[in-house]
Amino acid sequence: MKVKVLSRNPDEYLRETKRDIHKVPRNYDPILHPFEAPREYTRALNAVKLDRVFAKPFVGNLEGHKDAVSCMCKHPGKLQVLLSGAYDGEVRIWNLPQRTCEYNFLAHDGVLRGIAFLSGAEHFITIGDDKTIKTWRARKSDNNEEAVPTNTIISKTILTGITHHRSDAFFATCGEVCQLWEETRNEPIRTFKWGVDSLHDVKYNYVQTNLLAACASDRSIILYDTRETGPLRRIVMKLRTNRLSWNPMEAFTFTCANEDYNLYTFDTRKLSTPVNVHMDHVEAVTDVDYSPTGKEFVSGSYDKSIRIFQTNKGHSKEVYHTKRMQRLTSIIWSLDNKYILSGSDEMNIRVWKARASEKLGVLKPREKAALKYSEALKEKFASHPQVQRIARHRQIPKHIYNAQSEIRRIREKSNRKQTNRRMHSKKGAVPFVSERQKHIVREDA
Amino acid sequence: MGRGAGKGKKTKRKVPIDEKKMEKYRRGTGVNLKMGIKNKIHRQRLRQKENLIESMAEQAARTEILLTETHGYLEKDPGETTTQFKQSEIVSNIDITSATKYFELNLEFGPYSLRYTRNGRHLVVGGKKGHVAAFDWITKKLACEMNVMESVHDVCWLHIETMFAVAQKDWVYIYDNQGIELHCLKRMNRATRLEFLPYHFLLASSSSLGGLTWLDISIGKIISRYDSKIGKIDVMTQNPYNALLCVGDSKGVVSMWSPNVQQPLAKMLCHKQAITACAVHPYGTYMATSSPDRTLKVWDIRQLAGPVHSSILRSTAENLSYSQSGLLAVGMGNVVEVFSDTNNDFKPYTRHKTNWSISDLQFCPYEDALGFGTAKGLSSILVPGCAEANFDALEINPYQTKKQRREAEVKALLDKIQPELITLDTTAIAEIDVPTLQRKVEEKKKLLFIKPKTIDFKPRRSKAKGKGGTAKIVKSKKALKELARREAIEAMRQAKTLIDTKKIELQKKSYGVLNRFIPKAKQTKC
Repeated sequence: MKVKVLSRNPDEYLRETKRDIHKVPRNYDPILHPFEAPREYTRALNAVKLDRVFAKPFVGNLEGHKDAVSCMCKHPGKLQVLLSGAYDGEVRIWNLPQRTCEYNFLAHDGVLRGIAFLSGAEHFITIGDDKTIKTWRARKSDNNEEAVPTNTIISKTILTGITHHRSDAFFATCGEVCQLWEETRNEPIRTFKWGVDSLHDVKYNYVQTNLLAACASDRSIILYDTRETGPLRRIVMKLRTNRLSWNPMEAFTFTCANEDYNLYTFDTRKLSTPVNVHMDHVEAVTDVDYSPTGKEFVSGSYDKSIRIFQTNKGHSKEVYHTKRMQRLTSIIWSLDNKYILSGSDEMNIRVWKARASEKLGVLKPREKAALKYSEALKEKFASHPQVQRIARHRQIPKHIYNAQSEIRRIREKSNRKQTNRRMHSKKGAVPFVSERQKHIVREDA
Repeated sequence: MGRGAGKGKKTKRKVPIDEKKMEKYRRGTGVNLKMGIKNKIHRQRLRQKENLIESMAEQAARTEILLTETHGYLEKDPGETTTQFKQSEIVSNIDITSATKYFELNLEFGPYSLRYTRNGRHLVVGGKKGHVAAFDWITKKLACEMNVMESVHDVCWLHIETMFAVAQKDWVYIYDNQGIELHCLKRMNRATRLEFLPYHFLLASSSSLGGLTWLDISIGKIISRYDSKIGKIDVMTQNPYNALLCVGDSKGVVSMWSPNVQQPLAKMLCHKQAITACAVHPYGTYMATSSPDRTLKVWDIRQLAGPVHSSILRSTAENLSYSQSGLLAVGMGNVVEVFSDTNNDFKPYTRHKTNWSISDLQFCPYEDALGFGTAKGLSSILVPGCAEANFDALEINPYQTKKQRREAEVKALLDKIQPELITLDTTAIAEIDVPTLQRKVEEKKKLLFIKPKTIDFKPRRSKAKGKGGTAKIVKSKKALKELARREAIEAMRQAKTLIDTKKIELQKKSYGVLNRFIPKAKQTKC
């Protein structure tokens, strides 16, 4: 006879002293963990509820401008510095963690149209409606002197937008024409022109650094190659494009904010149709900026709301608004992928969290693991009706809600009409046009 | 070995894992990536996911070497049988701490019913004549002892060892571990059996009037109350795998009840006579039932098909209990027999005889012990190898401190499963609901923009009595409209298929002699 009875030595399961940590023997046998699916579902439901509970995206605001904010610029190397310009020509340099204005001065007569840091980030340039390009020192001088531009160029044409090369000492401006400048010269080194149009935004590509894209007031988007003399291609849309932003991770992708309430993501290799149409805004979209990961972008609109889109999705995943925020003029996604900065008509710059329910500050490893676990659960059960309903729920202002229902009605009506027309006309006379193709007029090369 | 010797290319290869071990940790077969997924990106994503799941199973399997305890056993020499060993022999062959787990208490308020906590540390006993006691049975430390001065039918621990429920003469009472009455549940009247569903925080009771009641103890609300319509319920147990209540009736039927449906979810005709006892394997695989005709049957509960084992005992089995390792204890009169089912060989493993008839028995979780109540007290005997050797401290911890218990309670409350999720198949929630999805797709297809054709309907006015009439005209008009609408939908569908075929024809392109290189599938499609 051989016998063994289970006999555990308590010393192996209890901690020796009170200062010790508890012993936690694990056994991952699935049989010892019953109800795996319902428990995970419950946890997912709790996680998604907590997500909504903690969704408080507003961090703070920067006040001080005496007129509406017209443009903003992030520092290429420092997270805490922000430049902003206003419609009265004032420039402010902000310290973001302190939420204070470090330095402010009047840079231009009339509207300040654009700001960009020069290479090295010691200086920045501003352009304004007074047709000047001014270079300023980025730091306040020690003996409280009044700010004086280190260089002033008087342009022959009006100026509406500016963009700086990612690494080299070039920058481009737009207005009546698109001009390419070298930092040390007072004359443009190249001028691009396409018909008689005026441009209102120009952006350098971050990856393919010799590529420029500009939005023109004749509803077109034009691509330039800085190595060539003429423009490359352009695409004409049904309505005007307000701003555009290049994807920082994919050289060939850019997204433009359009007057027709939509955003369009284009692939430069196939400009004829957009890759994706992003709908949800109920008024003209005024600005767009990509996250540094290139997976998401943020857009500000005339409907007083900010929306966050995923690049491959047609509808927004998040909407931010406050009672006091008026029409958006400019928007920025910070380079640490954590914050969104928005400038609006009522003279304030607001700081938002990029992920509404994210906890700010340092996370402990266990906390981090728990958050990761709940993130995975949320993804696993994302399509369950209960989970979906809670995750999708947003409180939106009444004017947006009403506008949405109106737009929906209009769209349904036109769809119905189109279908009726198709049914009562010769086969093929009323063709099907996809949503992507609907908003494009033509492509020129 | 010197340093120079290890200079060659080092290959760190992991020790391969036994496929059987891996199978234990796998959750199903996974997605078939070779069939049905046309999109390359989706396939890639699913492949990554599958790899992740596989690596998770592998990691879990690798942790097995960290398990510290090995389960108990009782091995015979040639010419012996395991049933011949008496408790006194077993006790003389083991260490003294384990020997203390064999004991007998002589009490006079019997017959006793008893229940262990989920971690196997505490025991609550209730004598028919009103004696209720709760104690830590390993250290033999008494928590409380009292006489409720009423008949006691059943006892049951709640989610922690500080509270237990007692089914008394009229109502169910909840006491704490000091014996203080916390609640009197008058809506659970004439209860005969109590069951606690730990993951749902439900206290279920069956009454002598045939009612079944589920009470959510975390919010104090009765979730549902049914009349099972089977008369007095004497046999009720829970299926720990899916939290259904298995109720045995006098006609030999075991019915499975969830709090969401008024009818049983499943019914099994198990015996030709009344069910005397019923027990479900902790993993929800097997169910054992017995009846007065001395039969004992073991069923595969997942299939609800014919018995896996059927045997005739020496006398009627009045109590049944499954252990964690799948041993089945059978109480017959004053004999306890433990059956084992190794390699499909269902036979007695150990046997124990007492002086009094057995009223209740239960295996202790995480300890090699079997407790049973008799008419004159209760005893605990040793059954080597009946318990799971290695516990998971984050799930159930026999050595938990007060603080750990409190934290675990909060955690458990956060993970409380809603009673709506009690179904036959617990994994259904994590799978795709195909019928609803199909219905959704159908509805989308049916969505039409066009209006049905207007019907110019002028019926002949019949003069004959009972042939005309406004009601009849409206009726036939309605029918015609419906017909027209259906025709329109059919026409639309056909138009759509026509467009599709056109598209396909356009794709069909002849390459002359090179046609033979077009893939076969594509050819048949065209």
